[in-house]
Amino acid sequence: MKYIDEYRDKEIVRLLAEEIKRTVTKPVRLMEVCGGHTMSIQKYGIPYLLPEEVELISGPGCPVCVTSRTYIDRAVAYSRRDDVIITTYGDLIRVPGSSSSLDKEKANGADVRIVYSILDALMVAKKNRRKKIVFLGIGFETTAPISAAGIIKAQMAGLTNFYLYSAHKIMPPAMETLIDEGVKIDGYIGPGHVSTITGKGIYLSIPEKYGLGVVISGFEPVDLMQSILMLVQQIENKEPKVEIEYTRAVKPEGNVKAQEMLDEVFEYRDDWWRGLGILKNSGLKIRDKYAMHDAEVQIPVDVEPLVEPKGCICGDILRGVSKPKDCKLFGTVCTPSDPVGSCMVSNEGSCAAYYLYNR
Amino acid sequence: MCLSIPARIDKINEDTAICTVGATSYQASLELLKDEQVEVGDYVLIHTGFAIQKLDAEEAEASLKTFDEFRTLNKQMDTEEQKTNKRLI
Amino acid sequence: MKSKYDTILLGHGSGGKLSHDLISDLFTKHFDNDILRQQADSAVLETGTAHLAYTTDSFVVDPIFFPGGDIGKLAIAGTVNDLAVSGALPLYLSVGFIIEEGLPFSDLEQVVLSMAEEARKAGVKIVTGDTKVVDRGKCDKLFINTSGIGALDKQNVPISSGKNIKAGDKIIINGSIGDHGMAVMAARNELNITADITSDCACLNGLIKSALDAGAQIRFMRDATRGGLGTVISELVKGKNYGIRLAEDRLVVNDGVRGMCELLGFDPIYVANEGKVVMVVAKEDADHVVEILKEHPAGAQSAIIGEITNDHQGSAWLETLVGGKRIIEMLSGQQLPRIC
Repeated sequence: MKYIDEYRDKEIVRLLAEEIKRTVTKPVRLMEVCGGHTMSIQKYGIPYLLPEEVELISGPGCPVCVTSRTYIDRAVAYSRRDDVIITTYGDLIRVPGSSSSLDKEKANGADVRIVYSILDALMVAKKNRRKKIVFLGIGFETTAPISAAGIIKAQMAGLTNFYLYSAHKIMPPAMETLIDEGVKIDGYIGPGHVSTITGKGIYLSIPEKYGLGVVISGFEPVDLMQSILMLVQQIENKEPKVEIEYTRAVKPEGNVKAQEMLDEVFEYRDDWWRGLGILKNSGLKIRDKYAMHDAEVQIPVDVEPLVEPKGCICGDILRGVSKPKDCKLFGTVCTPSDPVGSCMVSNEGSCAAYYLYNR
Repeated sequence: MCLSIPARIDKINEDTAICTVGATSYQASLELLKDEQVEVGDYVLIHTGFAIQKLDAEEAEASLKTFDEFRTLNKQMDTEEQKTNKRLI
Repeated sequence: MKSKYDTILLGHGSGGKLSHDLISDLFTKHFDNDILRQQADSAVLETGTAHLAYTTDSFVVDPIFFPGGDIGKLAIAGTVNDLAVSGALPLYLSVGFIIEEGLPFSDLEQVVLSMAEEARKAGVKIVTGDTKVVDRGKCDKLFINTSGIGALDKQNVPISSGKNIKAGDKIIINGSIGDHGMAVMAARNELNITADITSDCACLNGLIKSALDAGAQIRFMRDATRGGLGTVISELVKGKNYGIRLAEDRLVVNDGVRGMCELLGFDPIYVANEGKVVMVVAKEDADHVVEILKEHPAGAQSAIIGEITNDHQGSAWLETLVGGKRIIEMLSGQQLPRIC
């Protein structure tokens, strides 16, 4: 498959691994903040290819992991209404809320449908005019413009029964807060597809304020190894900057149209991130102009009081401060089939990934 | 966070396109690329039903060329190393 | 017993960890006996001097017609294969139909013709059956249950448990992975995806018999149905004093399956197959077995994909396409299309 196979070349990967080994002179900790990267790294077994000095840590790049339990509780509450159909990406279905989850509600008769795209959800809304279709909008800057496009379409088509429940967030505040909090990072592997939308400008503060580099990486093994090499070279040369490894997909200015759509529908608000607390202007709220499609505004529900599981240290893990094996619940009470915290339930959460490739 | 895959545009119908990955076709929305010149034969990244960016063939060629050069250079280095027991780079 | 779950979830039927837990925590716990404890594809029964293999399977696939087959063909092949992978000669099948009121007669007829054809090809006789019709909405078009009995040679009895497996043995599969699961998913047409994928649904008893008749030392066989190759491998190695190494570059994945998996974020090693057998064969016989399998249409792409190892006991590792490593773990529930 074009643009995929060439970047999975075993020999190039090996050569890059050797080059990394030759270049690095001291231990470095590189953080990736993109669930897709966590998955690729795990899927291809990248850590086994790297020299000891290079440590990869997973940051809060998994939108499922950083979303609050209250979001799930509210989604569960929506699903319990007879007049609501929940449409959601598959990622959310097993995430535990305070007392239930969407797949449990589905088993109990709630109308919960997994969709591949918001366009499918719009179809559901079109076919079920008497129901309220609530689309669960999770994801960062890659997915948010798509939710925006969906809202605009809904409005133009007069789909007054279509609502978005936004948990959308943006990346840069999290990247800065981690460093502010003293998490030890020597460089960032920048999110690949977020950057196709945003361009490289949003990361400029990282080298400027903190002297750390950001290399925007693709997802294939060659991309990741190349990006790691570029970061290691930046560190050795003491030249932190924002570079694009993923040049075939990321333009420096990004996708301007998508940025405009995002801006048209959403505005920033303070938002709570698991592991990081409340970050200023890090969440996306639907603007008043589109409030008729905002589930939070239009659909009243009683949400149960929040219960966070005892012993779960997902927060620390998301910040890279603790490793999954530091958690008392890891592998015993909390496993991929029986997750307690979100880091374990999401395929790309740190704990799930660790469970799979680090035992 | 970003399951996106490069797919080839086989057919364009106004603001949607039939895109192919391997031998699988998907009808994706081109709304986010309204301001771009998109043609049959172009490759785009698809994410949850939308094409989010066009792949730059030139950049891809350039990066693949770099890898090829890297591979050749490395072969030379390997041969050098075997002869002289030293590695320059 | 206090269950972790108040209700049964779809994941409980997907062949992964949840299914396993349901079986061990509820079914085998209460139905407990020495035969059931073996948890093989077919039960091995001793009746005086003869050994029999006995198995049952239910089929609820949606849609009932898909490229490469239909629910009827599946129902025959599934049970025939469960018997064949135990090393038995499949002989007799029972068939039970649960039909939803309103199903077009022509659909039922097509399914039945399909079943007759498949049974004939496999050389098995359908000897008893049952039919129930339920109110519209009480079942999804058509559910089929088949049970099967096969004759088992004493020397083949250890095959279903794999107790003679030892380090150095090779792991073989008879072709590409992921075809059935993705063919059905594409046929459901919920995802606006068109894919050129055909289910691999096929009876494997002929292919397996050739390998057994050649005198090869086959230590273990299992068909890689729900949960895919990955589930067979992770189940096989659990708690054992050997490990497993698979090479990703030896796995065959057809283009259509690959494309769809990439698009949806699925891993082909966990996708269902209906015409694939995983065999563990003694090292010295492995190449010969592959040759024999290749002579059959259902085995054209047979290959050695891995081996049993002395190290990392109790776990299965995949050497990835780029030389990295990762564990093959049991899936927790069903694979779902994801954004990340």
